[in-house]
Amino acid sequence: MTIKTYRQTLHDTLAEEMRKDPDILLIGEEIGHFEGSYKITAGLLAEFGPKRVKDTPIAEEGFTGAAIGAAMLGLKPVVEIMTINFSLVAMDQIINHAAKIHAMFGGQANVPLVIRTPGGGGQQLGASHSQNIEVFYAHIPGLKVVCPSNPADAKGLLKAAIHDTDPVLFLENLGLYGTKGEVPDEDYVLEIGKANIAKSGTDITVISYSKATTVALEVANELAHEQISVEVIDLRSLRPLDRKTVVESVRKTSRAVVIEDDWLTYGIGAEIAATIQEGAFDYLDAPVRRVAAAEVPVPYSKPLELASLPDAVTLSKVIHQVLDATAFNR
Amino acid sequence: MVSRNTTAKAGRVAGKANDSKNVGSGNQNDKDLLLSFYEEMVFIRHFELKASEMYQKARIGGYCHLNLGEEATVVGMMRATQTQDYLFTTYREHGYAIGKGSDPNRVMAELFGKADGVSRGWGGSMHLFDSETHLMGGYGIVGGQIPPATGAALAISYKNDPSPDSPIVVCIMGDGTTNIGAFHESLNIAAVWKLPIVYVIVNNFLGMGTSVDMASGEPELYKRGASYRIDGIRINGEDPLEVYDTCLKTFKAAREEHRPFLIEAMSHRLKGHSVVDPAKYRSAEEVKVAEQHDPIPLLEKKLTELGHLKAHDIALIAAKAKERVKEAADFAEQSPNPDIGQLFSNVYSKKPANDFCRLPGEPLFDEHSFDTVTER
Ligand SMILES: Cc1ncc(C[n+]2csc(CCOP(=O)(O)OP(=O)(O)O)c2C)c(N)n1
Ligand SMILES: [Mg+2]
Repeated sequence: MTIKTYRQTLHDTLAEEMRKDPDILLIGEEIGHFEGSYKITAGLLAEFGPKRVKDTPIAEEGFTGAAIGAAMLGLKPVVEIMTINFSLVAMDQIINHAAKIHAMFGGQANVPLVIRTPGGGGQQLGASHSQNIEVFYAHIPGLKVVCPSNPADAKGLLKAAIHDTDPVLFLENLGLYGTKGEVPDEDYVLEIGKANIAKSGTDITVISYSKATTVALEVANELAHEQISVEVIDLRSLRPLDRKTVVESVRKTSRAVVIEDDWLTYGIGAEIAATIQEGAFDYLDAPVRRVAAAEVPVPYSKPLELASLPDAVTLSKVIHQVLDATAFNR
Repeated sequence: MVSRNTTAKAGRVAGKANDSKNVGSGNQNDKDLLLSFYEEMVFIRHFELKASEMYQKARIGGYCHLNLGEEATVVGMMRATQTQDYLFTTYREHGYAIGKGSDPNRVMAELFGKADGVSRGWGGSMHLFDSETHLMGGYGIVGGQIPPATGAALAISYKNDPSPDSPIVVCIMGDGTTNIGAFHESLNIAAVWKLPIVYVIVNNFLGMGTSVDMASGEPELYKRGASYRIDGIRINGEDPLEVYDTCLKTFKAAREEHRPFLIEAMSHRLKGHSVVDPAKYRSAEEVKVAEQHDPIPLLEKKLTELGHLKAHDIALIAAKAKERVKEAADFAEQSPNPDIGQLFSNVYSKKPANDFCRLPGEPLFDEHSFDTVTER
């Protein structure tokens, strides 16, 4: 194990995989000469050269689509889209093409493509630069969508994504790049489609993913001092979704709260809540609650932005409300 | 819809607004004009330096892109617009907003995220909007402004015949932006619909760390109009007079003929892509070249040689600019934060039934009813 940042882990994992497989190439804006907008690819141009680290014009639709075609002929492109907001420009290629090619052509072609891109608000970047919108991709059959919450998972899921034979959206988060954690030194590969019980507990289940998992764990550790035992599930993968792990946990704890950084309506939390009511209805002691962003385009002003985003205090409050509503005794 | 306002531009920092008759061109001997360009360029320079300082002091958040090095293009182009013209631009737009007539106090207040900001604190540095001056937005998504700008020109041609008094749209973008699909789709639409729009590429040789040569199959960007039979011209963006003259002529043609044009203004970027970018990818050589092309010392030299400017004037103009910029920063500091109670009031212009106005973590339903929070 080595303690590393999420950023460094992504960098090291890309380099490790590229050394092993000459068909892997990186494509994206500012990834080479500029060393990456968020420095994930720093130094990779020097090591692998411009054939394998391809700086692109500002043309998300064009280069994402080009990566799809290259993947159809057997290359393994790892595309970086600077932030998930800009992936909207490439959405036609991702959803109408990458996600469909295998099925629509009767299984004759596949698209071994990884698209790495960070989301996340809270940086005062204004409405068009502060979105999460992972649910847009999680909605689409044919895509796989993973969202690591810590450096070790970043390694395990990035390797899995690169080895996969289908298009994988690998969702990072601006607020996680600087976070640190223990990372296995060995060739560590996670399975896409499996959730992780990040902390086990008995009183209530908090379901989370990406940066919200760090908030959930923070709250769980605090509440432990109040003798409240919180189980934290980190989904790790939004598509496929590990419904079994969620339902099993709620059957045990009888209470559930979902926290997500994205908007509430039609969100990941809605899918989780529906899953729980179908799979654990008889076990529930209280309605499933969701903690999510206020439904406004994210404001620039700091106090407004803070008011619109979920945080630890809010999660803690909602957990207490659920426990109080079910006459919880510690 | 934006309220129409055809009164003279308010809040110009230096120089005079154009009325619609003013379509003559500037001239080397027009001392007042040149001096007013100089004053406004110096003002924008100091505004940007103050923005940078306030960013370092965390009074400004998010991303902050400056017009340092671009002042001649800003001033020459904005001075050639008329009040009724519409401006769509990028996230690198503080100077353009001021040049089009926005109050510098309110521009600075927006950078601070305050209630008196031109976008009421909702937009920040990248998203300035001022309905009074027809600044139709700085846009943070590369190329995002180009299709709406084109549509604004459609609205103009829908309601106005070509004439010397017709408003036009000025759509500004960077060099790197000409590689995105929206640019090509929009130019083609503007050509086939014969729209009164002037697309202006500010070519500062770089999009973040990517040079024009690295990213563009046709690096002479003004030629890209040729695919759509749009007349293109490349100009020296370091010379405010050249920018002013070309823009006046081109804007006039767009008004009178209702057809699109493309201008490429060459002007250097003195610093990093944004305040936080140390620009390590640039060689000392490249930085030196950019500095040699700094339009302010260049104009200073020219005006001094013409006998229009003395050392004493230079100091005075700088002091005046600094003073005015300080006033803007003080104003921004004192302006209140937007009211959190207004968080939900901006989402729609016409509030729909059942609009969901719930803060994070609030329950969907009130305890004793099926009402959810729809009012705040
Ligand atoms: C669709 C999209 N892709 C990427 C970005 C990130 N980005 C912001 S500015 C920029 C460079 C733009 O360069 P240019 O058009 O030359 O304008 P300049 O910044 O030089 O004024 C990039 C890549 C973005 N904002 N939007
Ligand atoms: Mg540029």
